[in-house]
Amino acid sequence: MNHLASVLAVLATILVIAPLVAIFIDLVYKGTSSLNLNFFTKIPAPVGEEGGGMANAIVGSAVLLGLASLLGIPMGIAAGIYLAEYGRGTKLSNVVRFTADVLNGVPSIVMGVAVYALVVVPSKGYSALAGGVALGIMMIPTVARTTEEMLLMVPHSIREAALGLGVPTWRSMVSITLKTAMPGVITGCMLAFARVAGETAPLIFTAFGNQFWSTSLNQPIAALPLQIYVYALSPYDEWHRLAWAGSLVLIALIVVSVSLVRYVTTRGVLKGAS
Amino acid sequence: MGVSIEVNSLNAWYGTNHTLQDITLHIPANEATALIGPSGCGKSTFVRCLNRMHETNPIGKVTGEVKVGGVDIYSDISAVEVRRRIGMVFQRPNPFPTMSIYDNVASGLRLNGYRNRRVLDEVVERSLKHAALWDEVKDDLKKKSGASLSGGQQQRLCIARALAVDPEVLLMDEPASALDPVSTAKIEDLIFQLKVQYTIVIVTHNMQQAARVAERTGFFLNGKMIEFDSTHKIFTNPSDKRTEDYITGRFG
Repeated sequence: MNHLASVLAVLATILVIAPLVAIFIDLVYKGTSSLNLNFFTKIPAPVGEEGGGMANAIVGSAVLLGLASLLGIPMGIAAGIYLAEYGRGTKLSNVVRFTADVLNGVPSIVMGVAVYALVVVPSKGYSALAGGVALGIMMIPTVARTTEEMLLMVPHSIREAALGLGVPTWRSMVSITLKTAMPGVITGCMLAFARVAGETAPLIFTAFGNQFWSTSLNQPIAALPLQIYVYALSPYDEWHRLAWAGSLVLIALIVVSVSLVRYVTTRGVLKGAS
Repeated sequence: MGVSIEVNSLNAWYGTNHTLQDITLHIPANEATALIGPSGCGKSTFVRCLNRMHETNPIGKVTGEVKVGGVDIYSDISAVEVRRRIGMVFQRPNPFPTMSIYDNVASGLRLNGYRNRRVLDEVVERSLKHAALWDEVKDDLKKKSGASLSGGQQQRLCIARALAVDPEVLLMDEPASALDPVSTAKIEDLIFQLKVQYTIVIVTHNMQQAARVAERTGFFLNGKMIEFDSTHKIFTNPSDKRTEDYITGRFG
């Protein structure tokens, strides 16, 4: 019986991992053949011309994700702190928690349309800023809820220790509770980051995409997922290959940035720290 | 130097539960005062009222007067100021897990804005020596987390942390109840040395411990203080029948 259970568990594990591995192998196989220096340094070539790359889309994605993180991470962490520390048990905190959960389930295309109405229409144009706002709002619920969970996991005795030393509540919150919960909070931020990094739908109505160089915040900006979307739907083989390469680069960039943050934030951890 | 504590008709509640009823007593300076009694008798609540930790519980409420060194801690100064003057050691060792041994001891000063490295170094060394932990940890002060120490060492680290902010009073809420006998003996030795400089109030379940370390002992039962006298008197010739019953192990 025990044997059967472990066999089932192993089978299930393989079933879960298999699609991921298959996607990755396919991606590497089809993507690497089109990867060259031009891909990283050139902007897309006009239809019919050979070559061209996605330099503008890589930079554009970086700009969009930077904007999104700047908006989503501080707001998400602040909301999480409110939920776990200040608003515990209040009506408002229940409303906030429910809203965050609903926001998490809102289809990303709806988020794009909403930001179109809230930012693009008043500012009379698609812009990098609008794209960043759309992605940033999508990050908030994940960051807020993980921050809340992680703060609640910090033992009450640790908070009491800080208060007992004559440390003001806000200071104990920032320097003790949040710091103790930091590894988990960072994981939440990375999850949110990785999720929005691949989003296409909310960018269609906001960042719009751009075939040319632009890093201006109030102009339409290129993004890897958008570029992949456009190229994959095109009738040209050359563009299909570029779309594969773009997908591989997008995944690689996400993995690299998440690992980098992990490495940097866990570097200073002490022996025996839990 | 330690200061004396004057408590006048102190009452405390948890919600509607009247956990402390009309406590009045005088705790002299530079002595160890033990509080004994069965679980739930209010002795922990009592010490938590002495540094205003009781009110950090949303349903906690306090009335009455507590004067520490002549200062009314409920009206003359803020709760934060009170806790800086009156250190506390909790039942379970609670070092900050993400901090090194050094940072744990320095935390009280650092979190209140002190930055001078030389002063911090001095304070950390002095506090750890006071807490009889220096020799065991001096080589990995900044390398090891406070949480990597043994339970007894962690508790002495917490004592050092409390001493580093230079309090006048040290409250200890069953500081040895989670420790083995050897670590307990070390903590008790420590109390003897510490009362030269601090006034100590120690809550304990262990009557032998009260008899060993304290000059005075108070017996609590059901939220009331039944008897408060010299430890010798409480353990050899108590005035109240209930104290005698508790001491002799007839209940509790």
